[in-house]
Amino acid sequence: MAKKGVPLSEMATADTHGEDSPYFAGWKAYDEDPYDAASNPSGVIQMGLAENQVSFDLLEDYLEQHPQEFGWGCGISSFRENALFQDYHGLQTFRRAVALFMEQIRGGRTQFDPEHIVLTAGATAANELLSFILADPGDGLLIPTPYYPGFDRDLRWRTGVNIIPVHCNSSNGFQITLRALEDACTGAESMKVRVKGFLLTNPSNPLGVAITRPILEEILDFVSQKDIHLISDEIYSGSVFSSDEFVSMAEIVEARGHEERERVHIVYSLSKDLGLPGYRVGTIYSYNDQVVTTARRMSSFTLVSSQTQKMLASMLSDKEFTKNYLRTNRERLKKRYEFVVERLSNAGIRCLRGNAGLFCWMNLGELLEEPTVEGELSLWNLILHEAKLNISPGSSCHCLEAGWFRVCFANMSQQTLEVALRRMKDFTEKMKEG
Amino acid sequence: MNQKLLLSRKAACNVHGQDSSYFLGWQEFEKNPYDPITNPGGMIQMGLAENQLSFDLIESWLHSHPDAAGFKKDGALIFRELALFQDYHGLPAFKSALAKFMGEVRGNRVTFEPSKLVLTAGATSANETLMFCLAEPGEAFLLPTPYYPGFDRDLKWRTGAEIVPIHCSSSNGFRVTKVALEAAHRHAQKRGLRVKGVLVTNPSNPLGTTMTRQELDTLIDFVLAKDVHLISDEIYSGTSFDSPEFVSIAEAIKDRDDVAHRVHIVCSLSKDLGLPGFRVGAIYSGNDAVVSAATKMSSFGLISSQTQYLLAALLSDDEFTRKYILENRRRIKERHDLLVEGLRRIGIRCLDSNAGLFCWVDMRHLLNSNTFKGEMELWRKIVYQVGLNISPGSSCHCDEPGWFRVCFANMSEHTLNLSMQRLKNFVDSGEHRSTHDSGHRSPRRQFLAKWVLRLSALPAAVTA
Repeated sequence: MAKKGVPLSEMATADTHGEDSPYFAGWKAYDEDPYDAASNPSGVIQMGLAENQVSFDLLEDYLEQHPQEFGWGCGISSFRENALFQDYHGLQTFRRAVALFMEQIRGGRTQFDPEHIVLTAGATAANELLSFILADPGDGLLIPTPYYPGFDRDLRWRTGVNIIPVHCNSSNGFQITLRALEDACTGAESMKVRVKGFLLTNPSNPLGVAITRPILEEILDFVSQKDIHLISDEIYSGSVFSSDEFVSMAEIVEARGHEERERVHIVYSLSKDLGLPGYRVGTIYSYNDQVVTTARRMSSFTLVSSQTQKMLASMLSDKEFTKNYLRTNRERLKKRYEFVVERLSNAGIRCLRGNAGLFCWMNLGELLEEPTVEGELSLWNLILHEAKLNISPGSSCHCLEAGWFRVCFANMSQQTLEVALRRMKDFTEKMKEG
Repeated sequence: MNQKLLLSRKAACNVHGQDSSYFLGWQEFEKNPYDPITNPGGMIQMGLAENQLSFDLIESWLHSHPDAAGFKKDGALIFRELALFQDYHGLPAFKSALAKFMGEVRGNRVTFEPSKLVLTAGATSANETLMFCLAEPGEAFLLPTPYYPGFDRDLKWRTGAEIVPIHCSSSNGFRVTKVALEAAHRHAQKRGLRVKGVLVTNPSNPLGTTMTRQELDTLIDFVLAKDVHLISDEIYSGTSFDSPEFVSIAEAIKDRDDVAHRVHIVCSLSKDLGLPGFRVGAIYSGNDAVVSAATKMSSFGLISSQTQYLLAALLSDDEFTRKYILENRRRIKERHDLLVEGLRRIGIRCLDSNAGLFCWVDMRHLLNSNTFKGEMELWRKIVYQVGLNISPGSSCHCDEPGWFRVCFANMSEHTLNLSMQRLKNFVDSGEHRSTHDSGHRSPRRQFLAKWVLRLSALPAAVTA
């Protein structure tokens, strides 16, 4: 019922939340007709959701073997102490456990001080917090394309900060170049937008590639020279197929001087590596004391449930468990990835050579009617409605080259994956014939 | 270029309110916390509005329902279901249970629809989210004084919104009047601020009183006349323990279609159930556009799915909630009466209250001078000499010096009695009349002096 409304804010009524993009529209189609092997075998298969479901059994086993960690036991003080705990510093045992886990992921090549860990309800909140802290409304953050569509909302919506794309292309495997960085800065200058930082996702979403050491060094040199901040979103760090192929910005930073460290802030989360997006556990690790202090205060708006902190503290502190988990998880993701790439290759579809993440970056350029965004969206729509696969069009990730798609593979069973890949093959064959 | 890397204006300003006298009292408590055995001379924390009176009821429920915390549903593991669940529409079972509980707390005189609920990580997040949805930077909300110190951060810091006070006075029990509302509105306009709404806390923090039906009607008429929003922060609704019965804004606008779309209620389980650590808050709005926008914004502060699951089970248990609501109220009243009586014996009066986890205490007669300077002097003495961390009215933006908020539900009965004993000794000795600086106990006196005249306040690391 339409009412003569009291006005809401511009923020509430604009579409900067970005939810009207194809990235989210595909989800809607899936929600309305979800695939189920038994009850709806012709439904839409969700390949647009970067979730990690391949290693739950490891977590469930842990749960079965350590049931006491998930309740509060019989101790009278245990529950109430936990229920009352709302200190924005976060549970010390949990912070220590997160620091330890992050070190393990990096093979012990870096050190994380629990006192520099700020907890937030998910990486979504962590990224927004950093945008509030490092930039003023109207300022800009440089982000390499293609990038995670959620950034449009997370970094810009309530903060008023702009995203300045740093365009990458397939000519060099979408690697970030100095030229692209400089071009982006020049562009910002001409629009009178003050650049305050650079946000890197490493490993990259949607590319599924870990950034190489030389490029990381180059980026750190660049941000130092421009005197801006560097956010390294490393939420997929535990999903690199081979642990020695991941170089964290923390490694680069530890070798550098104090002043350069002050500009680096790492974002991490348990949503991807551990497959626990529902628990809302994100963190900002900053080498800058002022950022840590401010981020802590701001985290009041987005604290992690003390129940969750307590439960995960024990699990993440169990070195034996985490070591085994990380190794097994990597192996399984690698296997899945190779399977997907091979099957796609059999269907005549090329993918960017990736080594990380829960998805692959697939090229369907040959199937486009025209090499434009419209052509890409038209193909995407066909795949959604005919092949019944929800995959993410590159344009929703701000990729300048038409025809690239992100395909997730870790959020379903092996059987469902096989069905999906068969459908993809059938679809491309039909397209090529027609 | 710059030596010090610049942060944003928001990061560099102090609207977060953490450099304040209130924070100092907190700090002093943390340095020297009372413990009956290990530190009987330590500071007693009376500045924290927590409800610690009814944990045993919840603990006993947990004990007989181990599945709820153990990710089991009818014996089967639902771990991965919960682990993956991050839908910002919230766990349906939890929203239903919460809506039901909200109705029960209001004597089932109103019912709440789960579809109008937006879940947030605590009321702190709910209040901020509403401001983002309803006000542009620079626009204002009117708030009756005295108000919860945390609002300065929650409503203004990242949103850029302004707070304009509605001045309430002890002459009428700090009630909100039409005259005061109009005056605040005019004042805002004089300052060039566009008013977007009124935010009231009902039951009130720090007063501990509930709004009368007349006050609510006055508010409704006002927001209609000015075409603005009304936010009713009802996080203390379950702590109303005495007559007059708590009347929610939901009741006052029942069947009023012309008003529902401008009214938004904030709830939380932090006060009623004593679970601030679990971060459970919600916005209930009759405005679809607000529900829609706030739901999307809740992505920045979702409630942990495991917590939603646990509380869905707890709150769906009708027998438990019925008993809990009654018994919790009874205990709060008992504690409240203990404090009021204890103070009365010292010749100290409180504002007549029927809700909340604190009393609004009148210590005007103990001031050396009827000024805020006098209030701070008295406060320092109470913190350092008596060893009680209570909250000065100035930190709540009270217009009149001499009022203090004293919490009673976050400690044992024994500790409460001890705090009254200490206060009695202090008053009987006439120490409050001495004019020389009495902070000799604390080596941080110099540091303290710097903060003495700051008037805004915020608890250090909590949202109480």
